[in-house]
Amino acid sequence: MTGGTWQHAPGFYEGDRPRIVTSRFQYEDSYTLERYLATDGYKGLRAALSRPSTEVHEEVRTATVLGRGGAGFPAGNKWGLTPQGVWPRYLVVNGDESEPGTYKDRLLMERDPHQLIEGCLIASYAAGLSQCFLYVRGEMALAQERIAAALNEAYAAGYVGKNILGSRFSLDIVLHWGAGAYVVGEETALIESLEGNRGMPRLKPPYFPAAVGLYGQPTIVNNVETLANLPWLMNNGAAAYTAIGTATSPGTRMVAVSGHVNRPGVYEIINGTTTFRDLLYGDEFCKGIRDGNELKAFVPGGGSAPWFTADQLDLPFEASQVGPAGSMLGSGAIMVMDSTTDIPRAALTLTRFYAHESCGKCTPCREGGTWLERILSRVVDGKGTDADLEQIFEVGESICPGSFPHASNEKLGIAAVPFPYRMNTICFVGPSAYAPVHSALTLFRSEFDARVTKRNRIPVTAVGQ
Amino acid sequence: MSRLTEDNVRLAKEIIGRYPKPRSATIPLLHLAQEQDGYVTNDAMAHIGDLVGATSAEVFGTASFYEMFKFEPVGKYLLNICGTMSCALLGAEELMHHAEGRLGIKMGSTTDDGLITLERAECQAACTEAPCLQVNYRYRYRMTTQDLDSLIDDLTAGKLTEEIPAHGTVAVVRQHIPVDRGVGAVPPESVTQNPEWLDGKAAL
Amino acid sequence: MTTIDPGTTDAQDTPPVDPNAVSITINGRTVAARKGEFIIAAADRVDEYIPRFCYHPRMSSVGMCRQCMVEVEGPRGPMMVVSCMTPVADGQVVRTDTPQVKRAQEGMIELLLANHPLDCPVCDKGGECPLQDQAFSHGAGESRFVEEKRHYEKPIPISELVFLDRERCILCDRCTRFADEVAGDPLISFTQRGNNTQVMTFPDEPFASYFSGNTVQICPVGALTAQPYRFKARPWDLEQRESTCTTCSVGCRTVVQSSRDELLRYQGVDSDPVNWGWLCDRGRFNFQSTNSEDRLITPQVKSGDSFSATTWSEAMETVARTIRLASPGSVAIIGGARGTNEDAYMWATLADAAGITMRDAQLDDGLPASIFSYPQATIDSTCASGTVILIAPDFKEEMPVMYLRLRDAVQKKRIRIIEISSHETGLTKHAWRSVRSEPGTSAASIAALGADAEIAAQLASGPVTIVAGRANLAESASFTMAAVDAAMKIAPSSTVLPVLRRGNVRGAMTLGLAPRNGLDTAAILEASANGRVECLILLGADPLSDVADADLARRGIAGAKFVVAVDTFLSPSAAHADIVLPAAAYGEKDGTTMNLEGRVTSVAQKITPRGTSRADWMIAAELLSTLGHDTGIATLADVQKHMAKNVVGYGSTTTSVAIRRDGVVVSVAIPAESTSIAPGVAPRNSYEFRLDVGRKLYDRAIGTLTSPSLENLAGTSHVIIHSLDLDRVGAAEGANVRVSNSHSSLVLPVRASDSVPRGTAVIPFNQVGADVRELIRHGESVNDVRIESM
Ligand SMILES: Cc1cc2nc3c(=O)[nH]c(=O)nc-3n(C[C@H](O)[C@H](O)[C@H](O)COP(=O)(O)O)c2cc1C
Ligand code: SF4
Ligand code: FES
Repeated sequence: MTGGTWQHAPGFYEGDRPRIVTSRFQYEDSYTLERYLATDGYKGLRAALSRPSTEVHEEVRTATVLGRGGAGFPAGNKWGLTPQGVWPRYLVVNGDESEPGTYKDRLLMERDPHQLIEGCLIASYAAGLSQCFLYVRGEMALAQERIAAALNEAYAAGYVGKNILGSRFSLDIVLHWGAGAYVVGEETALIESLEGNRGMPRLKPPYFPAAVGLYGQPTIVNNVETLANLPWLMNNGAAAYTAIGTATSPGTRMVAVSGHVNRPGVYEIINGTTTFRDLLYGDEFCKGIRDGNELKAFVPGGGSAPWFTADQLDLPFEASQVGPAGSMLGSGAIMVMDSTTDIPRAALTLTRFYAHESCGKCTPCREGGTWLERILSRVVDGKGTDADLEQIFEVGESICPGSFPHASNEKLGIAAVPFPYRMNTICFVGPSAYAPVHSALTLFRSEFDARVTKRNRIPVTAVGQ
Repeated sequence: MSRLTEDNVRLAKEIIGRYPKPRSATIPLLHLAQEQDGYVTNDAMAHIGDLVGATSAEVFGTASFYEMFKFEPVGKYLLNICGTMSCALLGAEELMHHAEGRLGIKMGSTTDDGLITLERAECQAACTEAPCLQVNYRYRYRMTTQDLDSLIDDLTAGKLTEEIPAHGTVAVVRQHIPVDRGVGAVPPESVTQNPEWLDGKAAL
Repeated sequence: MTTIDPGTTDAQDTPPVDPNAVSITINGRTVAARKGEFIIAAADRVDEYIPRFCYHPRMSSVGMCRQCMVEVEGPRGPMMVVSCMTPVADGQVVRTDTPQVKRAQEGMIELLLANHPLDCPVCDKGGECPLQDQAFSHGAGESRFVEEKRHYEKPIPISELVFLDRERCILCDRCTRFADEVAGDPLISFTQRGNNTQVMTFPDEPFASYFSGNTVQICPVGALTAQPYRFKARPWDLEQRESTCTTCSVGCRTVVQSSRDELLRYQGVDSDPVNWGWLCDRGRFNFQSTNSEDRLITPQVKSGDSFSATTWSEAMETVARTIRLASPGSVAIIGGARGTNEDAYMWATLADAAGITMRDAQLDDGLPASIFSYPQATIDSTCASGTVILIAPDFKEEMPVMYLRLRDAVQKKRIRIIEISSHETGLTKHAWRSVRSEPGTSAASIAALGADAEIAAQLASGPVTIVAGRANLAESASFTMAAVDAAMKIAPSSTVLPVLRRGNVRGAMTLGLAPRNGLDTAAILEASANGRVECLILLGADPLSDVADADLARRGIAGAKFVVAVDTFLSPSAAHADIVLPAAAYGEKDGTTMNLEGRVTSVAQKITPRGTSRADWMIAAELLSTLGHDTGIATLADVQKHMAKNVVGYGSTTTSVAIRRDGVVVSVAIPAESTSIAPGVAPRNSYEFRLDVGRKLYDRAIGTLTSPSLENLAGTSHVIIHSLDLDRVGAAEGANVRVSNSHSSLVLPVRASDSVPRGTAVIPFNQVGADVRELIRHGESVNDVRIESM
């Protein structure tokens, strides 16, 4: 058994929800060209190519296909940001999925590579992109193999390359793969990496990829799931797409629920309306917390997201509501902690992650992230002091000035601080190292206090004064 | 210490050819080098520098940024046990301790027979299947300590040589763009006008 | 006639009204700024200091250290931005003094110090350390970091000259950016990731850059230290004066730093029209020779074949007597390019007074003075002109900072270079066109270029500068002059930048040490060899080491009846002198110098001359009075007054007192001698190879040999030929071959390079091992050799 074989059967097909991107997951051979063609494969491409590219772009714009990589920016609008008359323009597909808790892009690449390829073709046609680079995370052997095989099939069959389907549209799709660095998922770091450099994010401005990206050219970076939506959209039209979900969050989205639930899994849910309670307790989803335990807390949008508790269970998958509540939907990843969870230790696993994945470019993240990890592990090992807990907030202040977002909590009688935060860093890795420990300390202070000894710190004086 | 073999140089040139700028091939070529020798040698890095037009220092700078590249030999099988939240919540630490005990080595080191290297890994995008691990980047899901024991047994007994290539090889399928089908990559500066299909008319 | 280049007079202080000028306020002050400029640069101009570590005005911003964060009014209230990467915008409101900003700055300092060893007491940088200073000025004064700090092996050498201490490094990317962006030698790079990020070279591949010293100067902490300066002094013990490097004729501005009357360090100073703050390693470190034990400290007189010390007055008497008794026209002066303008002027004055017509500041290695009669270019105008035609030596080897300026101009797409050369140079890979042309044929190659439509179009597209110098010492200078004329034909309205290499050669020639009636160094030595020179005065010149025709030099020195050597060291030529007069060295005298473009800048005395040595101008002045001429000159100021009065083109603006950092460009009409037109080139005969002899940055020059840190950097002598020629010769790469002609025969290791045209043999000048000068004859316009395997 090497990954990729069948293990999600239960979750997917209970409840008759629309399946936009996972419709083929039911087939063992879903990744083959044969199966793909047998299930409307490349029809969306044909539909697109038989219309002017501008119309296709417009269709995607009206459908408001939200970015699924984390930022949630509508794809159609993003394509419109490229400066006029600057050539060439590139498409870079972000398949670096490594945000803790996130597990969906890998499935889409392993199970339905042709759907992604078709999405790349439609996007490139619509936005006038001259070459496409499909950047797959380095550690995903199977995804790389499935995409390589699919591309080889598609080239041979005339779906990719010169004069696609005999049309005037030509495009190369190049499979590129990384080598293990979370930060490379950040779009400007992704571009640096694709240029053969260390994957360190570029400062924005002036480097908004849409304007100045790969090789300094206009570049669209889109997430795998975002693009996987396009074939269905082309086949069924924007109206059908927006008929699902809400006006601000149309369509479906894939969500991975992991941790202490009875049936962890990846589910394609209806955007905007489905609530966290549906997902965690619903019968067609996770069927409640394991062993009938109490829910203690959950991370609603990938490891970078401030934590929620039962108080937020009834929020829907709707950015405009989750943001004010103090967190974000991010990459569709929910990590559930039940009453048995050792909160400081759980927070450490995430803070350690971001400290370890810092690219080292900017001071607050490089030094602050590690410092947070050091303090926290000391606390977890019972060697910490109360001063350490204060120091965590001090270091946090140097990474993210001002009050950091967190959820409201009735028991504690605290009100929410809305998302987003301000930051002294270049990208979100630094703040992400702070987010979990900040949430944990804010919502479960007592568990930390119980761990530390009361002692007043002895300041160490700087520079030989 | 070896440079890329002739066959790999041929492959390298094919890969370089797909990019508008040679340097973009750096990471794929480093993988090729690691596939060849099991780890990335200094000679290989210097050779790659020649191929993509970078100094050895630049190639090393790039290579050492990424987790997967090793600069000295590691075990035939690299055992990456995920330790990030979802796996940690479901017993990753226990798995690691068990692995250390069973193999008699600490995380980050290699068994004396050079068969297995243990590493603590970060999130492997299999959180719903926690706790999980990778053997040379092939997944193992919902691992129990028993599963781990039988996995190690199989590796030791050489039962998995078919399924799992020795460390260095990641994907066993490669992309090949047929010359007659490929559009071909050109340096950005030599592209001067927009794709012809952007003329407001349908492409088909 | 005088022309003072407008670009370098008061221009900087009052920039012309800028179309894209914007106005912003910083802490309430209104500040005039230019579109595209970053906030931090605008703030610097009005002395609103914003702390920073990674920002450097001569390199692209990276915004890494986050120390320069400031508050900018935005639509949604004040935002924190990095001032080193946020461009100014009209009406922008910037605050650098709010509690928010202060908190961020203190936070950043605390984080930077978290892993810093704080070993300031034993750190070279302690006392002049931006991190230390800003920790005081913008830090909270305490660190709460109680964890174990990062540990790395303490200072490791990353090159012959530079040490790296990774524990002190704050990862500002300055050195690595410099190596990549400015020097084009990306041999150091960030390695590893995150908290383990560290600057490193590739294993066993040193940071062998001619510019490595600059990384030490711009390092904001003590992570990079220079071998010659390590533990030499504490910054607060250093005294310094601004000066000019005279190692080559680029004339980089420097500060000369000393302690207890010993030179300890040079640092680059940012002169906008010249060096932008950069120095090459040779110029930065060869001050060591001034401190050398081998310096001449008293006058020496030859008795038998050994020297004995004598007094200045006796020495002067002897020299004066020799000059007085010499028959008319039999006294000659060679040299003067190493001294100041004042030195040259006084020796020229002496020459005039004593009727000495044989004089030449060059050592048969430059170009005739007529190169100055073309419309002249400056470094700036060259780097701004559309096309640059290079008929010049390898700048990277001979004038490294000029290489940086040209490389930068190419990178910024300001110029296109058309290079004509007989082998690849440091600039070849930056050239738009690089034409290989066999020695003796450059004029023809250039004429051919005119026929190429694309090149013609390029030349027509904008201003053209011809950069002309002596690239090949085994080829007559007249070929270079012919090439310049050929270039003038295909680009008639070009200006010319003469690249005469020696420190103050242009000054010396300008001030009267240019040859008269064609009697240049070669002619003087020939005359001397034929017994027609009764007194030969060597002004810091060493023909035996520097004149390309070794035989001519030997015969010339041997033939001179009486030799006077004015020098800082007992050079091989000085060793043949009858009288040796110890001269003050660089750093031991005040005055002015003139760089290749004719820019006059100051050189400063920082320490007292060693022993009884004194400035060349004093020696000349004293000789004059000993000879009975009353010049009324007693001080440097007197000399400069005379220069200003008597030299057409020199004004009072050109005295060391008057000139500011960037100096002034003066162009002085030099009595131009008619250029000898290029002799036709004989076809190569049985001798299959034509010699191409150029210089390397590190050679056996006295200045480097007496600087311990540079002493061992000279390469070994070798010959480079085309790989097909190597096959024909039947030798293996690296094997010894015999290189010979009718004059001599050398054994040299051979290397193959297809950057060398077939039939050309490249042999570097003055390296360790067999001396190529034995094969060169001044009399032959080109020099051919035979190469045989052994
Ligand atoms: C630290 C960091 C890591 C990220 N990782 C990923 C990732 O693994 N996959 C992804 O698609 N987007 C990731 N993103 C978001 C990308 O920067 C980018 O917004 C996204 O790929 C755009 O695609 P979309 O508009 O289709 O969502 C990451 C962002 C940050 C700041
Ligand atoms: S925040 Fe961290 S990961 Fe992001 S650029 Fe800064 S150092 Fe790199
Ligand atoms: S000086 Fe601006 S970030 Fe370093």
